[in-house]
Amino acid sequence: MDEATMHRREFLRTTTGLLTGLVVAGSPLALIAPGRAWAVDLTAFTSSEAATLMAVARTIAPHDKLDDAAYALVVQALDSDATKDGSTRKMVREGLSRLGSEFIKATEADRVAALKKVESSEFFRTMRLKTLQVLYASPIAYAYFGYEGEAFSKGGYVLRGFNDLRWLPDVPLADSGPVPM
Amino acid sequence: MANIDFKDGSAVVIIGSGAGGGTLAHELTRRGIKVVLLEAGKRQSLDSFSQVPGEAFSQLTWLDARTQSGNWGVARDFPTLPAWHCKTVGGTTVHWTASAPRLQPWELRARSTYGNLADTSLIDWPIAYDELEKYYVIAERRMGVTRRNDMPGLPASNNFKVMYAGAKKLGYKQVHTGHMAINSRSYDGRGFCIQQGFCVQGCKMGAKWSTLYTEIPDAEATGNLDLRIESTATKIDHDADGSVKAVVYRDSQGQEQRQKARLVCVAGNAIETARLLLLSSSSKYPHGLANSSDQVGRNYCHQITGFVWGIFDKPVYSWRGATLAGVIEDEVVNDPRRGFVGGYRIELVTLDLPTLPLVGLPYGWGRDFASIVESYRNLAGMFINGEDVPRSDNRITLNSNVKDAYGLPVANVHVDEHANDQAMRKHAQGQMSRMYEAIGAKRVVLGPTPPATHNLCTARMSVDAREGVTNAWGQTHDIKNLFISDGSVLTTPGGANPTLTIVALALRQGEYISQQMKAGSV
Repeated sequence: MDEATMHRREFLRTTTGLLTGLVVAGSPLALIAPGRAWAVDLTAFTSSEAATLMAVARTIAPHDKLDDAAYALVVQALDSDATKDGSTRKMVREGLSRLGSEFIKATEADRVAALKKVESSEFFRTMRLKTLQVLYASPIAYAYFGYEGEAFSKGGYVLRGFNDLRWLPDVPLADSGPVPM
Repeated sequence: MANIDFKDGSAVVIIGSGAGGGTLAHELTRRGIKVVLLEAGKRQSLDSFSQVPGEAFSQLTWLDARTQSGNWGVARDFPTLPAWHCKTVGGTTVHWTASAPRLQPWELRARSTYGNLADTSLIDWPIAYDELEKYYVIAERRMGVTRRNDMPGLPASNNFKVMYAGAKKLGYKQVHTGHMAINSRSYDGRGFCIQQGFCVQGCKMGAKWSTLYTEIPDAEATGNLDLRIESTATKIDHDADGSVKAVVYRDSQGQEQRQKARLVCVAGNAIETARLLLLSSSSKYPHGLANSSDQVGRNYCHQITGFVWGIFDKPVYSWRGATLAGVIEDEVVNDPRRGFVGGYRIELVTLDLPTLPLVGLPYGWGRDFASIVESYRNLAGMFINGEDVPRSDNRITLNSNVKDAYGLPVANVHVDEHANDQAMRKHAQGQMSRMYEAIGAKRVVLGPTPPATHNLCTARMSVDAREGVTNAWGQTHDIKNLFISDGSVLTTPGGANPTLTIVALALRQGEYISQQMKAGSV
């Protein structure tokens, strides 16, 4: 996200808002992040709108120890959509106005209740889908959930734990097969 | 590679390069027959397969617009994506998970075995098992299927160890790492499986059989294949006498082209195959080609699926290893005492992290939903692959309200699940839940029915021309030089993942077409 910070300087005149944060020391993100501070430039939403969208994403997919930076990516993707398409921007703004300015400060139970009320709206359906699509596809999420992703570049999992489970008995050879390496 | 003139009417035109079309192209070209192979998608390679799940999905999947209707869960959960198959050279063999079991002899006699089940359109196959078996043997050798011939089984992954332990607790006997078209040792010039767990994104090892890097290059090497990529067939034209004579298609520039043909084979996956026949209506064939029986597009089957996830208090790392390498075959029997006819397999499955919440879990959000994903390390997975029963009104039709890039009506997929389908899924998910509970799962999660990956039976083979679209060789009852060469021809789906059967039928059809051409009958 240092790159995003650099972009901010280039596009300062077109930005409408900014999301910033600090990587939590000791979090999985700290291991892969190039620096401690992160910033996401916005070109459709204001800083306060973005902060509310981030709270919506966290209410949809609450992982307490998952860094804010992961949720900021959801907002960034949505901001990008809204920059390209005015109707998305309008739809999201209307959705946000229905949630109101208190949403971000509300308890989780109240945030859930507020979202339940708009669950069938296009705003909520878009937010849910975008959150699930972006949140779990990021390197931050991979690190947090322990997902190791593609393995071709490392020679697969054949020598890296595909059969390392020890809390159940091994499968007899007749019902499986030889490890080829 | 051959360069066949648009006006050369001596060639066979095959539409679609997947398990059926790609295999057939090889079978015809190696016998000296010139083939134009039209493929709507682009050509990828082991190098170009994306290793980012979302990108791989966009790179390989057929994403042209479709609509759907009916009471099946897919219409509710995945409204814009009724089916998940490929649009790329190699077709769905690029993303398939390579489970290659055979149909059972009694599954080919579905109507006789299951009886007169209300609200179904069951019929028996026009082929006996002994006849099909000859081609299964050839297909298994060609594809390098494990546990057949001298190909060893795949080794057991962590996810399979969990499945195996649960299966044994329930007393299942036929439990193993499956009949997989994945090299367990180097074979046919391709390397062995290194357990990447990225079968669906395209196997960068080429250990998994796909026509992209087996049948199609072999066909190209004969000098008789003219493969045209990004070429979307829009109509099949016929002569005054009713025989087909050319295929109209859009090339990579969107230009309309017309390729003359001695014979046309349609292998566009069951939804597009039916759509193309329907789109090709004319004054002589007002209801579409090969449709005098009104059976084109009807009897659509997709096989019963549904995920079950077990969450344990210890890690499984289910993503490590061949995605589907594990099966329980004890339920592949017809035992109506279970509350349904037909059989099912329980198969190993896992999904990569980005795909799991989108496809594998039931609709949801909030704490409970997130807690399932939170357990991703400790998650084990299975799903059912079972026989659904054909129904006349479960069908592919043209939807004129939605048009494709060329202004043509898109396909509508209509599925109303039969009570038999629902009873089978319930039974299977119950068994799978018990398996995980028997070995100490903290929680069991039942997933949804994903978009259909097995699209079948929309131009089925039949003895009686009034009950189907083709004869036992995939030759249409109505038009002698028009053949269907993909899963559309399966008379009934059975409970076996269909690719091996599609390949076996394509091998058999290739032999038949070359004989018929030599004899001058077509």
